[in-house]
Amino acid sequence: MSAQHGIFGKAQREALIDPLFNNNPIALQVLGVCSALAVTTKLETAVVMSIALTVVLTFSNVIISLMRNFIPPSIRIVVQLTVIASLVIITDQVLKAYVFEVSKQLSVFVGLIITNCIVMGRAEAYAMQNSPGLSALDGIGNGLGYSLVLIVVAFFRELLGSGKLFGLTVLNPITEGGWYNPNGLMVLAPGAFFLIGFFIWGLRAWKPDQIEPEE
Amino acid sequence: MKLDSTGYIIGFAAVVCLVASVFVSGSAVALKDKQDENKLLDQQKKVLTVSGLINDDNNSGSNDDEVSDLTPEVVRGFFADGKVSPQLVAMPGFEGSCDSLDVNTYDVRKAAKDPAQSYEPPENEAKVSSVANCSLVYNVTTPEGERVILPIRGPGLWSTLRGYLAVDKADGNTVKGLIFYEHAETPGLGGEVDNSRWRGLWPGRKVYDGDTVSLAVKKGQAGTPAEDPYSVDGLSGATLTSNGVTKAITFWLGPQGFGPFMQSVR
Repeated sequence: MSAQHGIFGKAQREALIDPLFNNNPIALQVLGVCSALAVTTKLETAVVMSIALTVVLTFSNVIISLMRNFIPPSIRIVVQLTVIASLVIITDQVLKAYVFEVSKQLSVFVGLIITNCIVMGRAEAYAMQNSPGLSALDGIGNGLGYSLVLIVVAFFRELLGSGKLFGLTVLNPITEGGWYNPNGLMVLAPGAFFLIGFFIWGLRAWKPDQIEPEE
Repeated sequence: MKLDSTGYIIGFAAVVCLVASVFVSGSAVALKDKQDENKLLDQQKKVLTVSGLINDDNNSGSNDDEVSDLTPEVVRGFFADGKVSPQLVAMPGFEGSCDSLDVNTYDVRKAAKDPAQSYEPPENEAKVSSVANCSLVYNVTTPEGERVILPIRGPGLWSTLRGYLAVDKADGNTVKGLIFYEHAETPGLGGEVDNSRWRGLWPGRKVYDGDTVSLAVKKGQAGTPAEDPYSVDGLSGATLTSNGVTKAITFWLGPQGFGPFMQSVR
């Protein structure tokens, strides 16, 4: 990605790169945790969810940004929500048509992108004040930040919880005649809490300025 | 431009809604055929899975090559070569005959919604409010014997559980498998109805004790099919889903469901 830095200005680069580590929506802002717990038992669902959220977030940011000078302030949240909800429904329809099996596993969580605080948060906090181009980068950046956490968590949960990666057996579990004893905790939601906790810990050890001051 | 005038606000909201609804309904209409095709294919796959003709393609994430090769053509092939043959069954509340209907084009779900093709059963625990006059069951020939696949549905936590119960045709009593093809239960809790380990607890259980449906999902652990033939382990954290499964079986295999048909099989 470093090759692209030349053509981007500082603002663009920040919009795209910052949400990955410096201002990660899950790790720093602790938003969108609900879906991060639910869809990360397997890498496949996590990847599809990441793509779906990134697409919705990018488009919602661009559309809101294009309309930002015309949206009446008194109904701006309603308008944002209408745009986001429409995008989510369309995404859900596309998933049902083209990746039916995965969409069945994601079940309600695609619909719940509507209430994912990251999407609303970026629309309200960023797209309402910035140009469509910057907003698109911000959407992609935040989508990638979310995806990064989801995929890291899903990687460990699938590997430790069922000994597999993308459904392919890596650690042969005892139940199928192998040696690996799958860690049941990883398959359940608390496993994701631990992993997200470790992720945040690691990130804050690396970037100490993310540590909140003690009250 | 006055962004805060009432007229502008109403006009803006109306335009946003109109544009959004055009996109949403457009995508729904454009993709409907593809989605319906997926749904049908998925149902057919479930029929094959529950009858044991193909291997489980479930959360256990089995990497069986057979499953990944399961193209729509292969699935349709099972239906075409007579291993799986659909049959229309007149339900207890319907006095007529189902012979005039075409088994291959008949849509049970549509019929259940159409008052002319369905009836209202007596009040029941499974909250089934309309039963199609004619229901579709599948007779499947497997290397291990013949199975009859019965569609069941019952109340889940979030929406209706729809699935198939495979019963051994030789005695009309022994369960050979259970699978759900449509539900919206919470993943990890009620969603575990899809778990192949849980579904593996079903084969070998018995439905009827005498003439009553006794098979139920109970709280806690059930014994092996031989010593505890009428119970299956409950799903922890999913009492309502577990009860829904029990209610679905009680209704659909009972006198208001396929009870009379199963009697004729036995």
